[in-house]
Amino acid sequence: MMFIDPHIHMVSRTTYDYMVMREYGVVAVIEPSFWLGQPRTSSGSFKDYFSSLIGWERFRASQFGIQHYCTIGLNPKEANNEALAAAVMELLPLYACKEGVVAIGEIGYDDMTPAEDKYFCQQLELAQELDMLVLIHTPHRNKKAGASQSMDRCIEYGLAPSRVIIDHNNEETVEEVLARGFWAAFTIYPHTKMGNARMVEIVRQYGCDRIIVDSSADWGVSDPLAVPKTAQLMLERGIPEAHVKAVCYENALAAYSQSHQFSESDWLTSTIDQRELYYGNSVLRGQTPVVEASRDQILIE
Amino acid sequence: MNLRTDYDVTQAIELLHNCLSRQISHEALIWLEEKTNQISQGAMQRLFYTAFSAVPRYLGKQQLTLSTQDLRAAAAIRPGWNPQHWSVDQVGRTWIVLSLPHADIEKYLWTLEQVFTTADVRELIALYQSLPLMPHPEKHYARAAEGVRSNMTSVFNAVALRNPYPAEYFDDLAWNQMILKAVFVGSPLYLIHNSDRRANPELGKMLVDYARERWAAKRSVTPELWRFVGYTDTELQALAKVLQVDDIVQQEAAALACAHSPLPQAKELLARYPHLQAAILQGDLTWSSFSRDRLGADT
Ligand SMILES: [Zn+2]
Repeated sequence: MMFIDPHIHMVSRTTYDYMVMREYGVVAVIEPSFWLGQPRTSSGSFKDYFSSLIGWERFRASQFGIQHYCTIGLNPKEANNEALAAAVMELLPLYACKEGVVAIGEIGYDDMTPAEDKYFCQQLELAQELDMLVLIHTPHRNKKAGASQSMDRCIEYGLAPSRVIIDHNNEETVEEVLARGFWAAFTIYPHTKMGNARMVEIVRQYGCDRIIVDSSADWGVSDPLAVPKTAQLMLERGIPEAHVKAVCYENALAAYSQSHQFSESDWLTSTIDQRELYYGNSVLRGQTPVVEASRDQILIE
Repeated sequence: MNLRTDYDVTQAIELLHNCLSRQISHEALIWLEEKTNQISQGAMQRLFYTAFSAVPRYLGKQQLTLSTQDLRAAAAIRPGWNPQHWSVDQVGRTWIVLSLPHADIEKYLWTLEQVFTTADVRELIALYQSLPLMPHPEKHYARAAEGVRSNMTSVFNAVALRNPYPAEYFDDLAWNQMILKAVFVGSPLYLIHNSDRRANPELGKMLVDYARERWAAKRSVTPELWRFVGYTDTELQALAKVLQVDDIVQQEAAALACAHSPLPQAKELLARYPHLQAAILQGDLTWSSFSRDRLGADT
């Protein structure tokens, strides 16, 4: 089965993760721009971060047979430093339309402060102006209210729910998100977010329509194999294969292909050539480069 | 240096427009016309940035097909301009960049700076290829030199190959570094515009030093580098050595270098190889025939 992990922070993962992910059938990842664990102190570090998302990270993933896409945005936490936030807003138009950028995101609320609301709205406006999809990060605290208000704002700014992915859902938020016509994504992340077994029950209860599974793996204790592992658990616990395929691959494909930057042919026709260099740099450290003619061997049926 | 700041941007845009209109959909053309119109009328910078990035979404990335007339027209509008190998998205991006108002030089350069410093690889290639078409060409010198320092061969090539900018604006130091780097990364020197006019003794010396280093390590050098050699006795010694090597490609290149050298001893050296001398005198062996026959240049 092929998998898409539509929410994972590869900048904080190792090349070894890419190798294992590919072995488990992950063919494409989307990396939403987010915070790095400590606040950035100038817009210059945002600039370099965005550049690495559209440049080096894309290259590094391709060297291991994984197609890398990203979303560009100012994250909720860092919206509270207003001087910085304003400078980052100036940067966004420089990155939002680059190749492989599939949405504005992840944006939304953390503490639901007025500053967070202001920059959230400005970014919704930008998405609307550029006819782009939106990826929404719902807060850890006060999640239900945060999710509701995020959706209200999207409607207020004229975005169609079918063009908005609400992420980090749980049992409390899923009903409203689906009922209002948005995509409902779930993060399989140890302890803080959604667990494997709970996810199985959600799919059992709500079916597979507009539900998306991702890992959000980042610098924390998280699992870049969360999507394939969840798929396996679903199959073991009797979820029909077609449903598993939908939530671990097809729905992400359907949602993000609306960006015209995300297409199955990208990974079905790609090949690995580790002789390639990026800015004169290789991902290899003395290893023999792998050069592959076809991608057949990654399909684990 | 032969500075050209007197070319007509509107003619270049017209040519780009004509070429595109034959190859892209009506909708895509309308989109591009609308964006370039708004930009030239001073729309907000973000419109320029987003349109510049979004071009492949609307136009695709296929190769541009140009007739010989198109190519002749390009060279007439801007001497040295050769868009033969461009793709449609590169044409679209160039059109967008050329639409940017440039009367306020500082603002113009600042806006370009934002795009250059955040560009992805394809965008950089489009930008560097467009350098010779941009207004205020002398102001882009540092930018072009930056492109030459790039570790991405494709970006380096966008500045160095088929681009009249370096020959017109680089000083000898920057020019020589560019040639040496082209040799290093294996880019074909025959694609460097007006390269023969910019040959100079310092470059000849650098290239011979480079060749000696390679020989000491039992490695070969591209025969093309002899094109820039022949100014001093030391260089002639190197050429004499190459003429004795059992490799007709290297011999021909060294013979051509002798024929173009200003030193009388070079002619004496060449005379020791009558068949090569004859071929050159009869016009059967020239740098351009050499590039075509020995290096696969499509001329
Ligand atoms: Zn995230």
